[in-house]
Amino acid sequence: MKGILGTKVGMTQVWKNDRAIAVTVVLAGPCAVVQRKTSPVDGYEAVQLGFGDTMKKRLNKPLLGHLEKSKAAPLRHLREFRGFSPETETVTAEIFANGEKVDVSGTTKGRGFTGVMKRWNFQGGPDAHGSKKWHRRGGSIGARKTPGRVMKGKKMAGHYGNERVTTQNLEVIEVRGAENLLLIKGAIPGANGSLVVIKQARKGGK
Amino acid sequence: MKINRGAIIKSVEQAFLRNDLPDFQPGDTVRVDYKVTEGARTRVQGFEGVVIAMNNRGTGKSFTVRKVAFNEGVERIFPFNTPLIDKVTVLERGKVRRAKLYYLRKLRGKAAKIKADRGRMAKATANAKAK
Repeated sequence: MKGILGTKVGMTQVWKNDRAIAVTVVLAGPCAVVQRKTSPVDGYEAVQLGFGDTMKKRLNKPLLGHLEKSKAAPLRHLREFRGFSPETETVTAEIFANGEKVDVSGTTKGRGFTGVMKRWNFQGGPDAHGSKKWHRRGGSIGARKTPGRVMKGKKMAGHYGNERVTTQNLEVIEVRGAENLLLIKGAIPGANGSLVVIKQARKGGK
Repeated sequence: MKINRGAIIKSVEQAFLRNDLPDFQPGDTVRVDYKVTEGARTRVQGFEGVVIAMNNRGTGKSFTVRKVAFNEGVERIFPFNTPLIDKVTVLERGKVRRAKLYYLRKLRGKAAKIKADRGRMAKATANAKAK
């Protein structure tokens, strides 16, 4: 599946057929092909792409040696794409066309230790009508002597966000090859400026 | 890798901003000619009233026009950058002291009248002539 690495730039709206469409702007590529993995050697077919230039001193010697093999400049991010074999040595945003469907993966904003209302959309308690110290609590977490324990996977407060999330079947509204930009319909995971992986939609879309 | 995210967003929005509409502010009386599609037919519908608010910047900019029709206040919010606005005509420029004229909702008749700003009107006509 073809794919590319990019940076989430931010959201705006564009007008198309007299309608406003909310889009996320992604600076995608150009990505250097760092390594091509093949079945006889590696056991599977894949391509490793690099994105985002960085300073040489930020990388360690093994990584520099690895990049040296493909004569690539120091790169900040490396990701593998299975079953994708680009013909050129750089992958640009132009691998996608207007109207194509894509899956976008990113790391969501970290929200720290979060209560059940925000994390699991629990209803909480009433704000008024005599409610006292019972506004954002999750309620009972189990029964009594049977089973005498809390069920595994019970939704409770805890760390939320800062996890990899994929949003599927988003439409590519516009590809701007010259500026390496992709305009993707709707929201994508992560903070502005964070790394996103854009792949051809797994489920094909409609 | 340093990228200027604000500049990229602006470059995307640039193509969609409407620079052809005249300058107007809250307090001005305008006529907005808006394209309306009925089935296969498209016609232009006018809406005339006082601009009581302008909201947001960039592609999301919008403005609220208020008029009193058949003794009933009617307000309509227009996106500033929509291609559906055929044209905007400024009928009168008003002198007001605030950016949001929501107080007009409570007023009727003569009390709801906004004083004309002759200075700004004269300036606008002079500018138009110079062009």
